[in-house]
Amino acid sequence: MSKSQPLLATDKVAKSYGPVVALREVEFAVRRGEVHALLGANGAGKSTLVKILAGVHPADAGVVQVEGQAMQFHDPVDAMAVGIGTVFQDPALIPDLTVGQNLQLSEIEESDFTSWLEWFDLQDLDLDALVRELPLETLRVVDLARALARDPQVLLLDEITAALTADQAERVFALLNEWRKQDRAAVLITHRLAEVRRICDRATILRDGRNVALFEPNSAASAASGASTGTMQDIDEHELVEAMLGADVSELEESDEPQPTSQPQSDPSTSSQEVAFAVQGLNSGGLVRDISFDLRRGEILGLVALEGQGQERLFSLLSGDRQPSEGNILVAGSQRRWRAPSDAVADGVVLIPGDRLLTLLPNLSVRQNLVVPLFSRIRQWLRIPADERQRVMNAIDRLSIDTRAASQVRRLSGGNQQKVAIGRWLVAGFRTLLCFDPTRGIDVQTKLEIYTLLRELAAGGAAILLYTSELAEIQLVCDRVLIMHDGRIVDEQNAAHATEASLLTAAHGLEVPV
Amino acid sequence: MSHSPLPAQAAAEPAGLAARAAARIAEHPTIALTGILAILVLVTGFVEPNYLSVSGARNTLLQAAPLGILAGAQTILMLTGGIDLSVTMIATGSAYVAANQSPEGAAIAILLGIVVGLVVGSANGVGVSVFRVNPLIMTLAMSGILLGLFTAWAQTILQGSTQMGPFIKLIGGGSFFGNRIPYSVVVWALIAGGLIWLLRRTGWGRLIYAIGDNEIAVRLAGVRVWQVRITAYIVAGVLGSISGILLGGRTGAVDLQLANAFLLPSVAAAVIGGTSIFGGVGGYAGTILGALILSVLNSMLTFLNVGQAIQQVVYGTIVLALAWGYAGLTRRA
Repeated sequence: MSKSQPLLATDKVAKSYGPVVALREVEFAVRRGEVHALLGANGAGKSTLVKILAGVHPADAGVVQVEGQAMQFHDPVDAMAVGIGTVFQDPALIPDLTVGQNLQLSEIEESDFTSWLEWFDLQDLDLDALVRELPLETLRVVDLARALARDPQVLLLDEITAALTADQAERVFALLNEWRKQDRAAVLITHRLAEVRRICDRATILRDGRNVALFEPNSAASAASGASTGTMQDIDEHELVEAMLGADVSELEESDEPQPTSQPQSDPSTSSQEVAFAVQGLNSGGLVRDISFDLRRGEILGLVALEGQGQERLFSLLSGDRQPSEGNILVAGSQRRWRAPSDAVADGVVLIPGDRLLTLLPNLSVRQNLVVPLFSRIRQWLRIPADERQRVMNAIDRLSIDTRAASQVRRLSGGNQQKVAIGRWLVAGFRTLLCFDPTRGIDVQTKLEIYTLLRELAAGGAAILLYTSELAEIQLVCDRVLIMHDGRIVDEQNAAHATEASLLTAAHGLEVPV
Repeated sequence: MSHSPLPAQAAAEPAGLAARAAARIAEHPTIALTGILAILVLVTGFVEPNYLSVSGARNTLLQAAPLGILAGAQTILMLTGGIDLSVTMIATGSAYVAANQSPEGAAIAILLGIVVGLVVGSANGVGVSVFRVNPLIMTLAMSGILLGLFTAWAQTILQGSTQMGPFIKLIGGGSFFGNRIPYSVVVWALIAGGLIWLLRRTGWGRLIYAIGDNEIAVRLAGVRVWQVRITAYIVAGVLGSISGILLGGRTGAVDLQLANAFLLPSVAAAVIGGTSIFGGVGGYAGTILGALILSVLNSMLTFLNVGQAIQQVVYGTIVLALAWGYAGLTRRA
C-alpha cells in the first residue's frame, strides 16, 4: 500500500498572502524511498509549500494528504504527529535560551537528540550554551537533529546545506541515503543543482506558484534497486535552469509587461562617467566574500542573486548598518569608515530596504514619513524648513502617491507604501541610491512608475544599485548587471543582452554558454 | 494632527456602533475629553455647590499644574515608546534641593533644583539609549537609587532647611488678579505652549513621534536615534524638576514623600489624553485635559469623603480600562 500511495502529497493547494498569490493549484507528491528536490527561482513558492506541508500556514484551498489520507493541520504539532519533520530556512530556535532549554520546549528527549548530534560529529556541543552564541552552521545542525529526534517518516529540508560546512553537508547526504534505504522520504529545497543531481531521485519545479515541471528519470527501476545515490545524475543542470524559467517565459514577454519610458542607456559614453561609489574586496562573516565593483553617476547597476547568497548582508554593509570585516567603501574616490547608517546618509548614500517594515512609520501620516531625514542632524531639530510642505507635495506629485488614506501610512496599498519609502529620499536628496527589491509584491502599474522614476533619477546624475528578484527587470531598467552566488560576484553581464536564462544560469554558479 | 475621518469609518464599519463611536473618539480625543471634563465639573458642582466658583476653579488648577507638567514628561517619553517611573523622585529630589538652598536665594534654589532633573534625566537617557536598558527597568531602578541617595543626604549634605523660600511659595501656591489666577498655572501654560510647539512645529518633535512608531526605520533614515532619546529624557527630567519645585512651593515644607502619589496619575493623565503607551500616537493637548479631568475627579472624591486609598484604586482602574480600550482599538484597526 505504501508504494501505491505517496507518503506525502498535495492536491491543488493554493495560498495567497493578501493580494500576492504564492501558490496556485500545486500538485506535489513524495514517495517512500525517495529524495525529492523542490526547485524554483526566488518567489516561486517553495518555502510557502513547505510551510503548508509543515502545518505552519493553512492552505487557502486544496488538500494535504499523508498516505492517501486528507489532513487538517492546525499547527506544526499536528504535522509532526503524523511523521512530518521540518527544518526551516531560518533557525527555529529561541536565541536567548540554551540548546537544552529549547529541547525541553519541544518536548524532546535529550538522548534522542544527542545521538543525532553524534551523526554530525557534534557530540561535544554544550547543551547549556546559549543559542545566540552558537554559529549558524551549528544551529542548522541542532535544528536538523531536533527534527530527527522525533523520528519522522518524511523530512522537509529548506536550504539546509547553504549554511553548512562541506563535511557536514556530506553527512546530511549520507543521512538522506540512509533514509532512502529505510524506505522513508525526504524533500530537499536547494539552489545547489550539483546536490540535486547527486542525491535526488526526482525533482518538482515551481515557477510563480505553479507546477512547471517534474523530472522523473527512470525512477521505478532505481528506487527498486535501492541505489545508494539518486537517479538525477543524468539530468543536465542547464535543463533544470531552463525548467525553472518555465513555460511562463514566453507568456511574460507577450503580456503587457511594463515598458519604461526612457530606455537604459547602453551607449559606451556612460562608462566614462565619474565613479560615485565603489567597493573593494568587501568581506563579512563568510556571507560576503571579496566583493568589488564600481558604480558610476547616471548608471543603474543591477544585482541578481538567488535567495540567501549574501545579498542582504552586502546591502547592510553598503548602507552603513554593519561594518565589513575587510575591504573598503569609497564615495567619490575617498575611503569611508561608517559606524551607523547616519554616516552613510551624510555621504549621500541611502537605502530603500526590501522589507517595508524597516522603512515605514505605520501609524503616522505620509508627510511625517517623508520628512524624517530632514532632521537627521541636531542643528536641524529646532525648526521645520519653510519649504517642508512644498517638498512633500513635490514628492507626492512626482510619485503620484494616492493620499486618500494619508493620515496613516499603514492604510495605504503596498505600492503606495513603497512609493512613500522612495519618496523619503526624493524629499531629502541623495547621490547614491541602494534599492533592495523595490518592486516585490506590488502591482504592475506601480512597478512601471518605479522603473520610470529610477531611470529619471539616473538621468539626473544619481548612481543606483538595484537588487531585484524579478529577472525581467534587469533588461528593462539596468545598464549593467552583477550576479552574486555564494557571497561572491560570479559574473557581470551587459543588461541589454542579459536574458532571464543567462541570469538564472549564472545565479546558480554555472557557466553561461556564450 | 489632522485626521481625515474617512478611513476610520471604513475600518470600524464591521464592528458596530460602539466600535464606530470608539474609533471616532480615537480620531478626535480632545472633543470627547472636553465633554467628559464638563460633565465631571457639573457632577462635582452637584455634589458640592460651592465648587462652581472662582476659588473652586483655582483650587483645581493649583492641583492640576504640577500634575500636568509631570504628565508632560510622561507624554514625551511615551510618544517615544518609553516611560519615566523616576519622574516623581526627580520632582521630590528637586524640591528637596530647592528647599535646602532656599536660604541662598530663589534663583540659586530653582537652578540647583533643575540641575537634579538635568543630571538624572541624562543618566536615564544614557541608560536607555546607549546601554539599551529597558525604560521601565532603568527608571524604576533610578527611582530606587534616588530615594536611597536623598534619604542618606537628608542626614548629611542636605541637612538644614526643608522650607521653601517665599518666592517659590508664591509661584507654587500663590495667585494674582484678585487671588483668582495661580502663578503656577501661568508657569504651566508657558510650558504647555513650549511642549506643543516642540512636538508639532520642530524637527525634534517629528522625530519623537517617528522613533516611537518605528525606531529601526528612523535609524535607517540616517537619524542618530540615541541623540533623540537622550534629549527626550533630559527634557522629561527638567519638567519633573519644575513640577517638584512648584509642588514644594504649594505645600511650603518638603519631605521625601512629596510627589510620591503623583506617579500613577502622571501616566494616567497622558493615557486619558490619548497618548499610547506603545509610542507614536498622542500629544500634549490631550494630556492637559487628562490632568484637568484627574484633578476634578480628585476634588469630587474629596467632597464625597473618599479616602486617598480609594482614590489610588480609581486611578489604577482608569489606567487599566483605558489601556484595555486602546488595545481593543488597535486590534480592530
